[in-house]
Amino acid sequence: MSLLEVRDLTVSYTRRGRWGGVHARPAVHGVSFAVEPGEVVAVVGESGSGKTTTAQAVIGLLPPNGRLDGGQILLGGTDIAGWSQRRLQTVRGAQIGLVPQDPANSLNPVKPVGVQIGEALRLHRRGDRRTIAHRVVELLERVGLPDPEVRARQYPHELSGGMRQRVLIAIAVALEPRLIIADEPTSALDVTVQRRILDLIDDLRAESGTAVLLVTHDLGVAMDRSDRLVVMKDGRIEERGATRAVLGAPQAAYTARLLRDAPALRAPEFLSVGTARTTAGATAGTAAEEASREPAVVVRDLVKEYRAGGRPFRAVDGVSFEVPRGTTHALVGESGSGKTTTARMVMRLAEPTSGSVAIGGVETAGVRGARLRALRRDVQLVYQNPYGSLDPRQSVADIVEEPLRNFGLGDRAGRRERVRDLLDRVALPAAVLGRRPRELSGGQRQRVAIARALAPGPKVVVLDEAVSALDVSVQAQILDLLGELQRDLGLTYLFISHDLAVVRQVSHTVSVMSKGRIVETGTTRRLFENPGHAYTRALLAAVPGTAHQLAGQEVGR
Amino acid sequence: MRPGLILSWALITLVALWALVPGVFTGYDPIAGTPAEKLRAPGPGHLFGTDAVGRDLFARVVHGAVHSLSGAFVAVAVGLLLGTLLGLVAGSVRGALDEIVMRVVDVLLSVPGLLLALTVIILLGPGTVNVAVAVGVGSVASFARLARSEVVRVRRTDYVEAAFGSGGRFAAVLWRHVLPNSLVPVVALAALQFGVAILAISTLGFLGYGAEPPTPEWGLLISEGRNYLATAWWLTTLPGTVVVAVVLAASRISRSIGREDG
Repeated sequence: MSLLEVRDLTVSYTRRGRWGGVHARPAVHGVSFAVEPGEVVAVVGESGSGKTTTAQAVIGLLPPNGRLDGGQILLGGTDIAGWSQRRLQTVRGAQIGLVPQDPANSLNPVKPVGVQIGEALRLHRRGDRRTIAHRVVELLERVGLPDPEVRARQYPHELSGGMRQRVLIAIAVALEPRLIIADEPTSALDVTVQRRILDLIDDLRAESGTAVLLVTHDLGVAMDRSDRLVVMKDGRIEERGATRAVLGAPQAAYTARLLRDAPALRAPEFLSVGTARTTAGATAGTAAEEASREPAVVVRDLVKEYRAGGRPFRAVDGVSFEVPRGTTHALVGESGSGKTTTARMVMRLAEPTSGSVAIGGVETAGVRGARLRALRRDVQLVYQNPYGSLDPRQSVADIVEEPLRNFGLGDRAGRRERVRDLLDRVALPAAVLGRRPRELSGGQRQRVAIARALAPGPKVVVLDEAVSALDVSVQAQILDLLGELQRDLGLTYLFISHDLAVVRQVSHTVSVMSKGRIVETGTTRRLFENPGHAYTRALLAAVPGTAHQLAGQEVGR
Repeated sequence: MRPGLILSWALITLVALWALVPGVFTGYDPIAGTPAEKLRAPGPGHLFGTDAVGRDLFARVVHGAVHSLSGAFVAVAVGLLLGTLLGLVAGSVRGALDEIVMRVVDVLLSVPGLLLALTVIILLGPGTVNVAVAVGVGSVASFARLARSEVVRVRRTDYVEAAFGSGGRFAAVLWRHVLPNSLVPVVALAALQFGVAILAISTLGFLGYGAEPPTPEWGLLISEGRNYLATAWWLTTLPGTVVVAVVLAASRISRSIGREDG
């Protein structure tokens, strides 16, 4: 008998209409799969595929407007699908543990973490206060937190993201459940932390024989960590089976596309500076050629100091690099490494404490007013989150036109014409002109943001985690678009990312940042094939999906 | 659409129509009375009854709507414009200016609104317009506080930074991005303040600072009816009910605006 068997699960979301009618939108249609004791089943899919809804339905934690329309959820042979919340409480925690997605918001900020772990034990009456306190320390030690006695008394804000995720895992395993549901357990974490957390889940499973239902958008994670795979799309199962078999020879076209688009599993030729993707210089004369040898961006000894409680703190500490024209330079690092602060100083959205930035040979330090605005025609920024970087009240046409209006480029008709051209460039239909950002998908929004950045005709575009918030297939499309734009327009990119797999694909040269300093710089090929610094090696080893590639080439492509 | 909200909009529309075309709703003259029909209880002929000089109370309430509503409009407009402007400037410039404006707002908020309005009236002198301005000045502080907090939030968003990054000038970015995205809660407060202003204007009218008799202003109606509280309950109760109903409706509408975007 399977530990968990889901049969024909159907879930829909209801929405109250403007005039009181109730509309139901199906989110999961007839999904069936099973989890055997001790195995890891990964549910993979892009946003909107219904993977999280499926997991929430299993544990009876659908949002208030979610409705279980049909199907069975057999836990050890008992159907828990129709159970009341009160009855489900006897199952949750004790038999099914949950590791939630977002460690920042999943802990109660006003209670010490020890109390929160103890709560699960107390609710299920596992011993008196003394034994619970003892068990809490034991659990914290088990999930690999140093000084567990001290940690138990600390509040969530005193812990890092990785430590909080460990606490959440401690809560999930506190009652030794037979099944753990991990909903994107590492999506919010840095790669090296992600790897340690996934290792921890693996260890716990090996030790106690707990089964894991792993919900993830990351095919690399699923490949490294799961025994069996369920691929979902639009609320239906596209394919399922043993992970190696599915990824080795995908049957469904969708799985094959996911595999092709996953950056970790995609290994194109390295780009090199010698064969810069630009063709813009080819038609120009020798003087222009001479100029094009001068780097588009030169950063020298850049320092940014913040005062934190009287003590100066260096977020960026003596960073120097150059980006040749028409190439992509990646700044790679984990959160807090100073890569975004560096990008903001290049954009002059933050003032450097010391050091210099030159864009196309023009020194930017101390430039103000009209000259700063003129400089901004040359450097544009694309933000990580296309939901936050577009004004929700403007139409797409207004958003893309705005830089043209700001710089007074062209008359009204000319600007409209240019906006149409730009949308065409980023492969958006003219029909989106009148729409607002919320009517667009994430990928379309990011295209609008790119069109806006291109509007004033910049030489340098800073891409701050510009594809990190997107699904893999959309990510692949945007990366292709960026490559095409670079070839056609001779753009220079400064590409900020934490994702080495993406960096490998798009950049000519790379600087690896850690704690405000650049620890290693080089061509992408050199860095990936022969990393010099220990930190670079740790980052490379942590990229999910690489374990299998190194182990052998059984992964078909 | 909830029934309560529909009812609220219907009531506000009705009162607005009273203000615009009072003649459609009543045939009686609000000023000239018929002494023979004085102090009649509410009934078929006189819906709200009549007062001590035989004037139809319903006619006086209908004709009074224009005074109370226009007063409330002026009050809200004063508070909305001044308050939003202060909040916008303080929230976007920040620094010392922000500190000064917000400490003044703190002081204003610590003084009870009616007391503040009375102080302004003593400076300006009584009268319908002055009462409206006084009530409006009393609400500047809350508008400024709310507008500033919204402006500070919007100022930190990526799209405002992107607007500066794409060469936007300070004033243009404020006008195009910061202001429109800060306004929803401010408009909700304006709707709420509309009800509060009617109440405050009526209160000041009741205290004798507003319109002069025989103007049929709502607060004044209640004040005049007070002398007949023992014998003619309708003179205070019915205009009072109208005021309360309008205030409640405005507050209900305000809540629906506040939720619209959330």
